[in-house]
Amino acid sequence: MSASQRAGGGAIARRRLLDLSFQALALVVLCLALAALGALIADVWSDGGRRLSWDFLTGFPSRRPADAGVWHALTGSIFVILVTGLLAVPIGVAAAIYLEEYGTRSLSARIIEINITNLAAVPSIIYGLLGLGLFVRALGMGRSVLAGASTLALLVLPVIILSTREALRAVPPSIREGSYALGATKWQTVWYQVLPVALPGILTGTILALSRAIGETAPLITIGALTFVAFAPDGLWSPFTVLPIQIFNWVSRPQAEFQVNAAAASLVLLALLLTMNAAAIWLRDRYQKDLG
Amino acid sequence: MRRFEFLIEWALFLCALLSIATTAGIIVVLAIETVAFLREVPIAAFLFGTEWTPLFATPRFGVLPLVAGTVLVSTIAMVVALPMGLLSSIYLSEYAAPRVRRLVKPVLEILAGVPTVVYGYFALLFVTPLLQRLLPNLAGFNALGPGIVMGIMILPLVSSLSEDAMQAVPRGLREGSYALGATKMQTSLRVVLPAAFSGITAAFILAASRAIGETMIVAIAAGQQPRLTLNPMLPIETMTAYIVQVSLGDTPQGTLEYRTIFAVGMLLFLGTFVLNLLSAWLRERFREEYS
Repeated sequence: MSASQRAGGGAIARRRLLDLSFQALALVVLCLALAALGALIADVWSDGGRRLSWDFLTGFPSRRPADAGVWHALTGSIFVILVTGLLAVPIGVAAAIYLEEYGTRSLSARIIEINITNLAAVPSIIYGLLGLGLFVRALGMGRSVLAGASTLALLVLPVIILSTREALRAVPPSIREGSYALGATKWQTVWYQVLPVALPGILTGTILALSRAIGETAPLITIGALTFVAFAPDGLWSPFTVLPIQIFNWVSRPQAEFQVNAAAASLVLLALLLTMNAAAIWLRDRYQKDLG
Repeated sequence: MRRFEFLIEWALFLCALLSIATTAGIIVVLAIETVAFLREVPIAAFLFGTEWTPLFATPRFGVLPLVAGTVLVSTIAMVVALPMGLLSSIYLSEYAAPRVRRLVKPVLEILAGVPTVVYGYFALLFVTPLLQRLLPNLAGFNALGPGIVMGIMILPLVSSLSEDAMQAVPRGLREGSYALGATKMQTSLRVVLPAAFSGITAAFILAASRAIGETMIVAIAAGQQPRLTLNPMLPIETMTAYIVQVSLGDTPQGTLEYRTIFAVGMLLFLGTFVLNLLSAWLRERFREEYS
C-alpha cells in the first residue's frame, strides 16, 4: 500500500467518524427534547398525583387548600368549549366551503386566504384585547360565558377553516363530477356528496382546534374571566372560570399546598386534552379506512 | 332554485368575510384606545422612555423595559429552540427510518399541545429550582427559566416546519451529492440545508413571533418587575405579562391605565404581524423554488 492510499484511507475513516458523531449529536438532541416532555409529565404527576381524588374533581374552591376542588372550573371549561364549538364550527366550515368550492380563483378569496394565515399566527392575548373591547365593553356582554366563548371562537376560527379546507381538498374530484353529471346543483353536490365524505376529517380538525382552545388562559384572563368563581356556570350570561385560570390562580400563590392543587388540576386538564386528542385520532383512523 | 343557490353562496361568502372583519376588529379596537392613550402620553415618551411605572403615583410610560424583557426571554427561547429544533429535524428528515419518524413526530407534537399554563408551572417549580442549584445567584423569578421552557415549547414548531422544508428538497440534489462521495452529514449541511434555507428561515421567524406573543409562561415564572436589563438572572416583565397583570386587577374603562394595555397590545400586534408577513412571504418563495 502506498503512502497516499493510506492517507486517503485515514481521511475516509475520519469522515465516517465525523458523520457518525454528527448523527449521534442529532439523536442526543432529539432525545433531550423528548426527555423534557418526560420530565414535565413526571414533575406534574409527582407533585399532584396524590392530590387527585373524587373529592378534588367534585369539590369547589376553598381557602383551605386541602378542601379545594375543580368542579366549577372543569364544568366551566367544558361549557365554554361547547359554546365555542357551536359558534365557531358552522361559521368556520361555511367559510372553508366558500374558499375551497366556490371562490377558489377570485381575488377576494385570495385576500381572505392570506388574511386567515396571518390570523392563525396572531398572539392569543391580542384576541383577548379584541374580546375585551368588542364583546365585553362595546356589545355589553360583560364577563360572561358568552363573551369568553365568542373570544375563543374568533381565536380558533382560522385553525378550523384551515383544517376543513384540508379535509375538503382530500375529497376526490370524481365525486363532484359524478354529482354534476346527474344534474345536481353546486350546493346539492356540496351538501349531499362532498360534506359527508369530508365529515370525519372536518371533525378531527375541529376537535384538535378546540383542544387547543381549552388550554388557553391569556385571552380569558384579558377579558376578565374571574379567578375566583365558586360555582359552576348556569347559563350563557353567567360569570365563569376555567381550568387553566384556576391553575394560574393556584400556582401564583406562595403556599406550597396550593401549588400541589395546581399540579393536580394540571393533570385533570392534561387528561381532558388527551381524551379529545384520542377521539380525534380514532376519527382519523376511521377516515383513512373509508377512503381506502 | 337559482335564487336559493345564489343566497347560499352569499351566506358562505359572508362567513369567509368574518375573518377580514376579525382583523379589522383587532386593528380598530387597538387603534381607538391607543390613539386615546397617545393623546395623553407623547409617542416619543412611550416608545423611547426607559421607565415603565404606570401604576405608581407619578406614572411613567416608557415601554422600553417591557420590550427589553420580551426580547430577552424570546432570545433565550430561540437560542434553545433553533439549534435543537434544527438538529432534530435533520435527524428526522435525513437519518431516521420512516418507522422511527412516524413514531417520534406525534410525540414531539404533544410538546406543542401542552397548555402554556402547565409550562409556566414547570418553569417556576421545576426548571428554576434546578437552575438555582447550578447558578446560586438566580432569582426565584427570572428570565432564564421561562426562556428555556419557552424554547422547549416552540421546538416542535421549528422542527416540524424545518423538516417539511427539507423534505421538499428534490431527491436528485441529495443523490448528486452522494454520487460525488459526500457523507450524509456533508449532504445534510452543505446541500439540503442551503437548498431549504428560505423554508427554514420562515420556520425560525414564525417561532420568534410565537415566542414574543407567548404569555402564561412569563406571567407565571418571570416576575412582574419591568426592568431595563439584559441580565437573565433577574425578575423582568414582558409586554404580554404586563397585559395579564393589569387584567387581573379590576381596571375601570376609560382610565389611562386601561388604555396602556391596548397601547402595549398594539405594539405587540404590529411586531408579530411584521414577522408573520415576512415568514409567509419566505414560505411562498420557497414553494415557488421547488414546484
